[in-house]
Amino acid sequence: MLELDQIDTGYGRAQVLRGFSLRVEPGEILCLFGRNGAGKTTVMKAIMGLLPLWSGEVTVDGTPTGRLPAHKVPLQGVGYVPQGRRLFSELTVAQNIEIGLRARGSGPEVEEEVLALFPRLRERYRQRAETLSGGEQQMLATARALCLRPKVLLLDEPTEGLQPSMIEAIRQVITAMRDRGVAVLLVEQRVDAVLTVADRVAFIENGRNGEVMSAQALRTDHAIVERYIGV
Amino acid sequence: MSRVLALHLGLVALLLAMHFVLPAYHHGNLARVMVLACYAIGFNILFGYTGLLSLGHALFFAAGMYGMGLAITQLGAAPAPALLAGLIAGLVVAGITGALALRTVGVAFMIVTLMFAQAGYLTILYFGDITHGDEGFVIQPAQRVLWGLDLSDPSWRYLAAWALFSACLIASLALVRHPFGRTLTAIRENEERARLLGYDVALRKWVAVVISGGISALSGAAYGLLFGYAGASFASVQYSIFPLLWVLLGGAGTVLGPFIGTLFMFYLIDLTSGITTAYMLLAGVVLVLLTLFAPQGLVGEVRRRGWGWLP
Repeated sequence: MLELDQIDTGYGRAQVLRGFSLRVEPGEILCLFGRNGAGKTTVMKAIMGLLPLWSGEVTVDGTPTGRLPAHKVPLQGVGYVPQGRRLFSELTVAQNIEIGLRARGSGPEVEEEVLALFPRLRERYRQRAETLSGGEQQMLATARALCLRPKVLLLDEPTEGLQPSMIEAIRQVITAMRDRGVAVLLVEQRVDAVLTVADRVAFIENGRNGEVMSAQALRTDHAIVERYIGV
Repeated sequence: MSRVLALHLGLVALLLAMHFVLPAYHHGNLARVMVLACYAIGFNILFGYTGLLSLGHALFFAAGMYGMGLAITQLGAAPAPALLAGLIAGLVVAGITGALALRTVGVAFMIVTLMFAQAGYLTILYFGDITHGDEGFVIQPAQRVLWGLDLSDPSWRYLAAWALFSACLIASLALVRHPFGRTLTAIRENEERARLLGYDVALRKWVAVVISGGISALSGAAYGLLFGYAGASFASVQYSIFPLLWVLLGGAGTVLGPFIGTLFMFYLIDLTSGITTAYMLLAGVVLVLLTLFAPQGLVGEVRRRGWGWLP
């Protein structure tokens, strides 16, 4: 379980998150929703230790991680797929996966599991990451995060700029992770993408908590979407 | 045997064969190129594979050279322990330099390493009583007999240079194919991403500086021992720029690039200086053309044009 308790943080002296709290249960997909600049990516960075916490705490399965150096947070079981994929572009698919596996000492059985989720990557196994399509790159970025066998998975706009077939493939993996008991925190801009996978939706506005509701409730409440993201 | 290993062992075998067929002039040149290529290999590990551009690698080269040379001339050490002293000197200097310089990034890292190298150069001049300052000092042939092999003899010198180069080349190949080497490439490609996968990036970068500095120091120590001289010019800015040029010409982030770049540059200057006194102008034009038409370096260009499997 991932829990953020009243966290304050920002960039330099500019505060972005103000007493922000969040809780994602195992086997749940929670989508963080908000306008550009609302603080969604900052939440991700704060969880990953890329920004210092000014106050508050982040815990993973009850273990405080908010003040760990960034490279120790993944070792607590937190996988992160950032916006824009950020692959090791000159390395092959196999080498990208190998780096993910070695980070936590995972064995070949984990690689098999991951490749079973992304059969397309098996076909591209010896290909350099830079030669993959956008969708395949997203698959590889996600696969690499899954090599950590995460208890918590953070995905920052994983379907951005992808064609529908790729979006569907990514969506299936996200739901498969949920079914395996992983707590998934998803940042998305597209309402339709959220509604098909999320269990709950949390809104963020100017770095503060907005409403939290079930995805089911959101389907019938268009006014709230209008209010928070203006669509 | 994989084609990668076959190619690299093939080069090693070819260079050994050259020992028996090359005329004396080119024989001597190639020995020098092989030792300097080791320096470029060391530089390439930091620049080509880890993505850290040091402008002060002459500090490590000179640390090895003076560590070896002073051990012989001041302490009366035999060549083998003197080589070890040079290596240790380089590792210590690289460890300290790395720990301090890696507190900076990007351009600041370049400037800090340059400043460290300048400090090293000035230190050599300052302690002129021991180092003989600008003039440097000669290591006598009698002091260059390693395990009964007279390294002042061109034949043994070539073979010693070949052995060192072969070891550095294969070690470099092993390193970049080792998981540790892959994480260095990952750091070069995307440092933050490597950190977010759980890698201690700062520690790995420091280890890369130490390995790179150690190989450079070993090259410096071997150069002094094989060619019988240690001088402050090897600690100058020029000797920090040379490995950058060699690696860029040969192909940064390729295992064979440092050797090809060193060989190419050495003979480019050698040949153009035979044509005109303005040889640096000619060499410069060729370098500019190469940079324009093969920006990834000679080996990098070969890799781009179809030999994608080249490490």
